[in-house]
Amino acid sequence: MTSHVRDLSWQVVVGGMLRRGIVLIVLVGLMTYFASQSDRFFQSRNLVNILEQNAALMIVTVGMTLTMLIAGIDLSVGSVAALAGAISAGLIVNNGFSFEVSVVVTLALGFAIGLLNGGLIIWGKLPPFIATLAMLGIGRGLTLLYTEGRPISLNGVDQYTFYGRGDVTLPVFGQTPVSVLVALAVVMIVSVILSATRFGLHIYAIGGSEETARLAGVPVTRVKMIVYGSSGMLAALGGMLLTARLFSAQPQAAVGMELDAIAAAVLGGVSLFGGVGNVIGAVTGGLLIGVLSNGMNLLRLASFLQQMIQGTVLVVAVAIDMIIKRIEGV
Amino acid sequence: MMNMKVPAIEVKDISKYFGSVIALSNVSMTVYPGEVMCLLGDNGAGKSTLIKTLSGVHKPSKGQYLVEGQPVDFNSPRDALDRGIATVYQDLAMVSLMSISRNFFLGSEPTKGWGPFKRFDLQAASHIAREEMAKMGIDIRDPEQPVGTLSGGERQSIAIARAVYFGAKVLILDEPTSALGVKQAGTVLRYVAQARARGIAVIFITHNPHHAYPIGDRFTILKRGKTLGTFTKAELSRDEMIRMMSGGDELEKLEHELRGFSADSAIAELVEEVQEEKADIDRVTPLKPEVMQRSAEIEESD
Repeated sequence: MTSHVRDLSWQVVVGGMLRRGIVLIVLVGLMTYFASQSDRFFQSRNLVNILEQNAALMIVTVGMTLTMLIAGIDLSVGSVAALAGAISAGLIVNNGFSFEVSVVVTLALGFAIGLLNGGLIIWGKLPPFIATLAMLGIGRGLTLLYTEGRPISLNGVDQYTFYGRGDVTLPVFGQTPVSVLVALAVVMIVSVILSATRFGLHIYAIGGSEETARLAGVPVTRVKMIVYGSSGMLAALGGMLLTARLFSAQPQAAVGMELDAIAAAVLGGVSLFGGVGNVIGAVTGGLLIGVLSNGMNLLRLASFLQQMIQGTVLVVAVAIDMIIKRIEGV
Repeated sequence: MMNMKVPAIEVKDISKYFGSVIALSNVSMTVYPGEVMCLLGDNGAGKSTLIKTLSGVHKPSKGQYLVEGQPVDFNSPRDALDRGIATVYQDLAMVSLMSISRNFFLGSEPTKGWGPFKRFDLQAASHIAREEMAKMGIDIRDPEQPVGTLSGGERQSIAIARAVYFGAKVLILDEPTSALGVKQAGTVLRYVAQARARGIAVIFITHNPHHAYPIGDRFTILKRGKTLGTFTKAELSRDEMIRMMSGGDELEKLEHELRGFSADSAIAELVEEVQEEKADIDRVTPLKPEVMQRSAEIEESD
């Protein structure tokens, strides 16, 4: 006697395809529209510019995606990015450390702040939203304290600013911004970890059902700590790229970046309830936000109108996602 | 010749307190390889606490826990799994968003490659999952389909197949049939019998006497955190077991209490129903005297 497992229904198949493709479809649609409205949009300079402008956000979004996949969130990324920018610049400019040492120390600091978030969530039993909201305030306060409210200039520290404005010449692609390459590397590495390693599998399992994962012997605490640590570290990396791009560490840098990262991830199909989504989708969502704001700038839309349109796009995208879910019936 | 088999699992005078709440009080139980021990009891009797203690989720507050004759001290479900104690929970067996093969290997994933290049071997996982399920008579067409698309019986079956594949010596099943239809429950019971035939010690928790009696070799009955005793099938008739499980004594009390309100016609109807139920239960053999006495003791001590 054999019992047959039910076939995947057409709804699930179609829904899955839509979910994977929807951001891409919207992205291509937007780009076509902007190209038709502005000659400058499709110039390679502009397209590269979009990538360069959003490299830091991409990296932060990757970390945010990790925390969302385990049904958590990290609201502290913007503050951590600003703090990381300030400390990395300060270590070089004020304390005379080398660029390499400064980067390693700053990444470690970001990881440590992430671990602190994780500790508050796991042992302090605080909801991720609250723990990281607290860290958002603390991080920003520390940044202002450290910089005394003034930017730290990186004029002349070429080794650092190279990562913000520098190009390398690659075969096929030609002149490519270093920041974009760094972001691409992060996206690829984390993407492979998520889809092909035990650790990645454990992240999805915890997001799907933390209790089930624990009972199946998944080291839940360790995985969650590493996820929050990584989010902190990626925020620090993003913050340094931003600092390099601006030639200075700004105490008010990356304000609200956490919201952009969440919006990007949600647009890219990452569920706020955990267990669903991937980095490629999230980063595509980030690109969509970047293309939208770039295109609207080219069309000379007023900035408050831009914000309203961005909000509307987010609502529409999530609504479409909900409709797809209903079609799937899962 | 060995007369004395070593029990796969033995607990001696185990107690578990949560603050001031006594969830388990001096519970002793042994389970031998190749037998099905049914764990019976009403809601709040301590079944869940007992199996969570056995599977490493809780640490006992008092008492001894032996696995194959050796004292153990589990800090996590992982520790219990490493000693061959696998637990299949009713609702927590599977992550429904993940694929069959990923669920099958959750927590014990096969890898290929080396060092930082070590990665989850999806092909091997899919292949083994499909093969193991085929051994149990379940044909998976696509091991990559999410578990959420499977029926409850299929999920339980996968969880049992997984435990057997990973060399479980003890299989703890938490209400595996309670949410299932008749046919699916039958399938799951068949897998329980298969596991027993392989020499696995099975602890089977259920509310349903029709599932427990045919498959069980011995029966341990819990009441308010204490045991009423362990009985072999020869010592306990199906009717006695039904009576113990459905709590005939409690029904009697309930009837008395309800009588106080019988002015209300709706409640009068309810009293009638309870009476009918009780009459049904009374038709079967009364409880063993020693069980009656133990039950009374437990109630007095509260």
